Amino acid sequence: MLLEATGLGKSYGALKVVDDVSIAVDAGDALGIIGPNGAGKSTLFNLIAGSVRPNRGTIRLAGRDITALSAAARCRAGIGRSFQIPRPWVGLTVYENLLVAAEFGAGEAAAMAGSDCLAILDRLGLGHLADVPAGRLRLLERKRLELARGLATRPRVLLLDEIAGGLTDLECESLIEAIRGIRKEGVAIIWIEHVVHALFAVVDRLAVISFGAKIAEGDPQEVFASRQVQEIYLGVPA
Amino acid sequence: MTDLLNAILQGVLLGGLYALFAAGLSLMFGVMRFVNLAHGDFIVAAAFGALLLVDMLGLPPLLAVVILVPAFAAFGYLGQRLVLNRVMGRDIMPGILLTFGFSVMLQNLMLEGFSANSRRLNAGWLDTASLPLGPFQIGFVPLLMFTTALLVLGGLGLFMSQTNTGRLMRATSDDAQIVGLMGADRRHLFAIATAIASGVVALAGVLMAIKTNFDPSSGSIRLLFAFEAVIMGGLGSLWGTLAGGIILGVAQGLGAAIDPGYQILAGHVVFLIILVLRPQGLFPRQRP
Repeated sequence: MLLEATGLGKSYGALKVVDDVSIAVDAGDALGIIGPNGAGKSTLFNLIAGSVRPNRGTIRLAGRDITALSAAARCRAGIGRSFQIPRPWVGLTVYENLLVAAEFGAGEAAAMAGSDCLAILDRLGLGHLADVPAGRLRLLERKRLELARGLATRPRVLLLDEIAGGLTDLECESLIEAIRGIRKEGVAIIWIEHVVHALFAVVDRLAVISFGAKIAEGDPQEVFASRQVQEIYLGVPA
Repeated sequence: MTDLLNAILQGVLLGGLYALFAAGLSLMFGVMRFVNLAHGDFIVAAAFGALLLVDMLGLPPLLAVVILVPAFAAFGYLGQRLVLNRVMGRDIMPGILLTFGFSVMLQNLMLEGFSANSRRLNAGWLDTASLPLGPFQIGFVPLLMFTTALLVLGGLGLFMSQTNTGRLMRATSDDAQIVGLMGADRRHLFAIATAIASGVVALAGVLMAIKTNFDPSSGSIRLLFAFEAVIMGGLGSLWGTLAGGIILGVAQGLGAAIDPGYQILAGHVVFLIILVLRPQGLFPRQRP
């Protein structure tokens, strides 16, 4: 397995935000994660990316234990992420945002050249905005920049946190296309998303998280159709 | 009329020196959100350093720059790595207290070492050399100050926009947390910023030593000038800092033309007026 998180747990006092969650993805895999708001999905990402320390559990990347590494070291080791709330460097141009990420986030992999960064921007439909200060982008463009910046660090595992919300059908289609392309290059994708149809178009496995625990994982259609998930998600009584 | 124009011209040139005072402060605040209260005292320390090298060892003033700038830069790098990085964080108070302590220590060390006498660096022929420009005389030293400021700020601008380290500094200034998550080493980056700022401080100190009298306690007023230039220009904007320096220089020049006693006061008054009318400064960095 490329990324293997085993028995992850995070508590704030008596509140277990993430409770004994294990997930694993191999190169080229795409795992979708759904769950109600506040279920601990984003915290799970924080644990994997290293911005929050787990109380329990281990994380291995390509067999190497990275549980003790800082977020920066994990980024260099190959864990890329896009944040749910976009945080571009507003004073830099869109292109410069990618350059900085490429130069300092790639780690041992050779840093992406400027032309590669431009290629990412083109692929995500941001090419024409390359020289615009990122602070002038609208929300949807900022979300795409989050994804582009994550890609510029040459990730082996890419964590996507709700990037499809609010897109038009056409925009959603092109986003799905872009993520499929990334996957084809052998990047493992873990994607938290409420826009289920976008998720289903990409992932081959689906995990459901509720109250911090993973309650189901498997074939997306089967998992989503299961009574347990319908109950949590749609409030259908058992 | 000629007197007035001359006052403005001399004020612009003096503004170059103020911009040099302010550049390091502006850079450090921009990248680290960190205010060095000992900034002015470091400038004065550089001036005394130049005095030592020139008066006692007989080096020419320009050679003093060649020695002091790298020495200050190295000192700045180490100081940031070993001391200042420990007080970097969300709370600005520890940094302010620490550098205030530096300020007190430096002033007293200089007082101990150089006495309270007002000093000046003798630059020989440089002191009196001037270029005629129509009805005006442009002194070599003021001209040197102004061109140095242009070169330093222009160089910094290029560094910020064209190099990876410079871009990373701007990114850090925007959102330091994300920079950390992206895998960059902030401790090193901060130290580079302080090294550059300290090198500029050395340059400003040597030029000040040639231009004006100074004594161990004259750092505070330099810090004030630097603050005024940075704030008038707009926080985080390098060219704004030059503009702020020039405005301060011209205001002081015009004040002095009315009455020599008004020089410093005129600068502060103009600063207050700008602060009231445009608190974000003249060229604030875009923050959409």
